[in-house]
Amino acid sequence: MLELKFDKTKCADCKAVSCLVKCQYMHFDRDTARTEWQKVVNGEDSQVLHDCATCYSCEEYCPFGNHPFYLIVERQEEKGILPAPRPITTMWINQCQPIGRFTVGKVEEKAMSFCFLPQFGILAGGKLFEDIAWSSIFGQEFFCNAVYLHFARMSVIRDRLPKVIENIAKQGIKELVCLHDECYGTFTSLAPAYGIELPFKPVHYYEHLYDKLKELKDEIQPLNVKVAYFRNCSARLIPETDHFVDDIFGLIGVDRVQREYDHENALCCAELIRVSKGPEMADDVQKRNLDDMLKAGAEYCVFNCPGCWDSMVEKVVKTGIKPIHMIDLCKLAIGEEQALTPPEPALEV
Amino acid sequence: MSDIYATLQEIVGKDYVSNQAEERYFYGRDPGLMPPHEPDYVVMPRTTEEVQEIIRLANKEKVAVVPKGAGLSLTGLVIPQIGGIVMDMKRMEGIEVNEAGRYVIVEGGVTHAALKSHLQKNYPHLRHSIPDSPPIATIVANAVIHGQGRLTQQRGFNSDMVSGLEVVLPTGEVCRIGSCAVSSYWFSKGPPMPDLSGLFLGWFGTTGVITRLGMKLYPCKKMRDVMLYITDRAELIPDIIRKLSHTEMMEDIVVSCAPLPLRFKGVFNMLVYITGDSEEELEFKRKMAWDALREYFESRDGGFMGVSPYMKPSLLAMPSKDTTRFADVSKGGGFEYSGPIAPIEKYPQYVKKLEELASKYNLFYSSAARVIDGGHSMMFSFSYTFNRADPDTMNRAKTALDEAAEFALDEGGVIWKPNLNEQRMVMERMDPNTLKLLGKIKQLLDPNGIMNPGNWEAK
Amino acid sequence: MTQDYASQIHRCFRCGYCKFPTDYSSLNCPSFRRFRFDSYSTGGRLWLIYAWLRNEIDWSEHLAEILYACTTCKNCVEQCPMKFSTDIVDWIVGARSDMVEKGRIPPQVARFFEAVHGYGNPLKLLRSDRAAWADGTKKYEPGDEYLFYVGCLGSYDENGQKMARSLADVLSAAGVSFGILGNEEECCGNEVYMLGEMGLFQTLAEKNNQQFKELSVTNIVTLSPHAYNVMKNNYHQFGADFAEYHYTVYHYTQLLYGLIKENKIRLSNNKAKVTYQDPCFLGRYNQIYDEPRQILQSIPGIELVEMERNRENSFCCGGGSGNFVMDLLAGGKDSPSRARVREAHDTGAEVLAVACPSCLTMFTDAIKAEDLDDKLVVKGISQIVKESLSSK
Ligand SMILES: Cc1cc2nc3c(=O)[nH]c(=O)nc-3n(C[C@H](O)[C@H](O)[C@H](O)COP(=O)(O)OP(=O)(O)OC[C@H]3O[C@@H](n4cnc5c(N)ncnc54)[C@H](O)[C@@H]3O)c2cc1C
Ligand code: SF4
Ligand code: SF4
Repeated sequence: MLELKFDKTKCADCKAVSCLVKCQYMHFDRDTARTEWQKVVNGEDSQVLHDCATCYSCEEYCPFGNHPFYLIVERQEEKGILPAPRPITTMWINQCQPIGRFTVGKVEEKAMSFCFLPQFGILAGGKLFEDIAWSSIFGQEFFCNAVYLHFARMSVIRDRLPKVIENIAKQGIKELVCLHDECYGTFTSLAPAYGIELPFKPVHYYEHLYDKLKELKDEIQPLNVKVAYFRNCSARLIPETDHFVDDIFGLIGVDRVQREYDHENALCCAELIRVSKGPEMADDVQKRNLDDMLKAGAEYCVFNCPGCWDSMVEKVVKTGIKPIHMIDLCKLAIGEEQALTPPEPALEV
Repeated sequence: MSDIYATLQEIVGKDYVSNQAEERYFYGRDPGLMPPHEPDYVVMPRTTEEVQEIIRLANKEKVAVVPKGAGLSLTGLVIPQIGGIVMDMKRMEGIEVNEAGRYVIVEGGVTHAALKSHLQKNYPHLRHSIPDSPPIATIVANAVIHGQGRLTQQRGFNSDMVSGLEVVLPTGEVCRIGSCAVSSYWFSKGPPMPDLSGLFLGWFGTTGVITRLGMKLYPCKKMRDVMLYITDRAELIPDIIRKLSHTEMMEDIVVSCAPLPLRFKGVFNMLVYITGDSEEELEFKRKMAWDALREYFESRDGGFMGVSPYMKPSLLAMPSKDTTRFADVSKGGGFEYSGPIAPIEKYPQYVKKLEELASKYNLFYSSAARVIDGGHSMMFSFSYTFNRADPDTMNRAKTALDEAAEFALDEGGVIWKPNLNEQRMVMERMDPNTLKLLGKIKQLLDPNGIMNPGNWEAK
Repeated sequence: MTQDYASQIHRCFRCGYCKFPTDYSSLNCPSFRRFRFDSYSTGGRLWLIYAWLRNEIDWSEHLAEILYACTTCKNCVEQCPMKFSTDIVDWIVGARSDMVEKGRIPPQVARFFEAVHGYGNPLKLLRSDRAAWADGTKKYEPGDEYLFYVGCLGSYDENGQKMARSLADVLSAAGVSFGILGNEEECCGNEVYMLGEMGLFQTLAEKNNQQFKELSVTNIVTLSPHAYNVMKNNYHQFGADFAEYHYTVYHYTQLLYGLIKENKIRLSNNKAKVTYQDPCFLGRYNQIYDEPRQILQSIPGIELVEMERNRENSFCCGGGSGNFVMDLLAGGKDSPSRARVREAHDTGAEVLAVACPSCLTMFTDAIKAEDLDDKLVVKGISQIVKESLSSK
């Protein structure tokens, strides 16, 4: 059975307990943090297991890469703690269950993963994808399954992930450009944390965009706009990719506004907080985030994850800030159009 | 050329009557599972006077008359059981709105489509209760079968919203029912007088042809939204409905279950609709819905899911096309449902039966239950698909529906828009004196038995 | 016809969504709008075809009329909520082709085929008169940039000829190098295809492709959206090895708009309130909605107003599938062309602009029948552009 590579001694020696002390959603002083974290480590019940907002951030906060968040998820599941209502957990598990339907384009050794998110079919077009557009995989069979981290279902991930990796490899893929950074996070953080080996090389799509933009340098018209960057939960699994955001912004003449809730301090989209903790907390998180963007004078809000896009897009539009996905922002810079646009207000009255 | 045919041509004009095989074929069937029977004539009157003349002719010739809207009730109610004349009402399409009085008078063939678009264009602050039947369904027929629409959770059956009738009796006289019998206003279908609308609503056209109908209109708020609540415990659903309807703030509540798509498997999806004139009003109602169900949120037995803004248009659409799409999920062009009106507390038993029958007869199923009148009852649909090109699936679906109907009755429900067989089941269980009364009324109104024979025939 | 309609056609639920436009504001299947019996709706036709296939009803002239009263306008394809929606018109065409094969078609349709077969046009006019309108317009020679494919209505119909004439003049004024086929031009076969005579269609397509190839045609501009549609979407199946020889087809509104953008056509003031009819074969068949409107909006003085039903919800003129000749939907106020000119008149427009010679002829008659002669005129976009050509 796959087991989490977790080193108790690292936590025992840790003075800072950054995982909990820095948490955006639970507020512990250092001593309580240490006590509570030791309970988690030792498999005892802890407030942490009940109050965790499943934002993944502690994965980034831990300086030792000791996977505190994965441990929380493991412990929640062991104790039968449900971060979200049971039927919603069931719904998620069923909805993404493999069914033997392989939705693939003309796959080559270098391919793109659209995860299980149809938005990528809309986004991945134009010159930025001209040499790879047809080589794509999509659907349950290739779905990274990391979403179950929100539902205390590491067992589902352990169960499905090896098969997903095998499915990808079977397509003859050697290099996989992950359009959802949750996939990239799964392959470069979650999989190694469980000792799963990868028969292909995952590439973050930011790297792809960056390389492509460099090639298309002559066509770039600097956008000269101020943007707020919307950091999502899975970015916490792969903080090493964050520099690409600034690299890309640099290439296309975009100013990432200084704001309170960016980088390590980012707030998540809170959609799963709504599901698990209720609307009060979610509304508060979303409001703080939006107010912060406004205060910082952002003209655009740049999304990385289509999930965040879906939960925030209408609210962003209401503030007067323009929502845009990172891929689309790059397209604007080379004179192409925004492909993923905010929905028409659905009234039907 | 027969006399009847020639006379019908004289009455409505030759373009609007047919005795040809093609019209007889089409009008001899509906999309459901009842066996076909062809009419001898199909006629499309334009005015009340034309309807009267046709009815007089039918009395004289002793031929049957079956009024037809869109024929979408699926239970064969417009199949002329002994032939005769099918009267397609759809050329009677006048619409007259009384804005101050918040009602509309529609002619006998006005479709939900036509009224919806008329109001949107001319009276955007008014609305009517739109059912999820395809938009060609008619207002009158929907009221005649006690249909339910988007406003049924708040306002009762669509027939409860009727505010007056003009009827051509089976003997040819025109008769007004409700306030319009005394006044030029159509605000009430009966009160404060004896409510005679009951002689026509629910009768499937066996007591006359409704040529005009008053229908109450309701405020159309500027905004609508839909929330999605999920639980996996059928036994909690009655209480969830009670808690939600207690708020008196939900536009509509519909509970669905189906084995596919996979996100439906093992859970119940409740669509909870809200309306408001401002974002604040909507937000307040969202909060009320959350608060109402806090207990089950804490116990982790249920919760609200986010709904993608891209999914909302299809969920908010009136009518919902998804309901109709169910007919093609097995690529067979057909589905039918038995839809008992039932106590909400029976939800768990009904669901169990729904699934049991599906597996017994190897059928694809779904169910949508709509809350009626603030929670006094629900319409629970036992829906099964069939393949029109495969008689075996049709037989299996038919048998399953028969069993569902028996079960629904045994469990305290009453069959909605029953087919002939289900009408028999209902009448067998009916209080004998009530049944007698039914028979007397029918005999009194339709001495020659010409109106939609076979239906509600109390023997 | 590769579509195996017989194994699929039972899937229609006869729900009737196909009777409407998106907002349900009126009836949008022209034949249902005209006849009102459900048998004349899409669902009616599909159920009757199925009944005929299963021998539940016999062939009759009435059955055939019901089938042929469909103008193949594709409103049903646009509106049907089912997964098979895109196939509906193919099913109807498939059933027609079976009827043709069995020799069981209405006399009007038979006459249509005979005329095309014998005369190369459905109007039964002499081949030698095909280019009578052209009056000096040059014949296509290899090396010309465009072949102007005129089509039967443009060649013979009085109104169509005006449309063709203006287009030729506008193209000349813009300095476009083009030529016509003259009397050698063959019927495009779009209607023949839609009416289900696949043998005749194949002959026409092959002849045309052969001629295009011999003349090394690279670009074709058509007057009629019908010709545009069939050449773009159906010709490759017949007679032409497109891998080896290939041409590009344009509808004239696409070309004109390009010329306007490039400033090759200069337009001067033309004050008029204009509404525009989307032809089915340009709009719903080929999603060309913008160029015709953009042309009109480029003309100073023109105010473009929309009819209630427009773009993908446009209401067919009733002329499709050969009905501009056979007119199975004629008669009375409920005929589609008459209903549509009333709608055009309701916008307050004085000009009903069309991009299709079939719409032009249908509406010209309808305006007379509705007594709207002094209130509304119908004009081809090429005519409007010609009127607006700047003399400088
Ligand atoms: C996909 C689908 C979804 C549906 N969803 C709903 C729903 O959400 N709510 C709902 O209520 N129903 C629903 N239905 C059932 C049904 O389609 C509707 O109730 C519809 O309104 C019936 O109208 P109709 O015009 O088709 O009636 P028809 O079937 O034509 O007629 C019904 C009855 O009324 C009689 N009748 C018709 N006109 C007159 C008249 N002028 N005078 C006297 N009697 C008359 C007929 O003889 C017949 O007995 C649905 C059906 C389908 C196929
Ligand atoms: S063609 Fe489609 S929309 Fe029309 S009746 Fe059939 S199923 Fe319904
Ligand atoms: S193509 Fe047009 S005329 Fe033919 S059935 Fe469809 S909507 Fe009616």
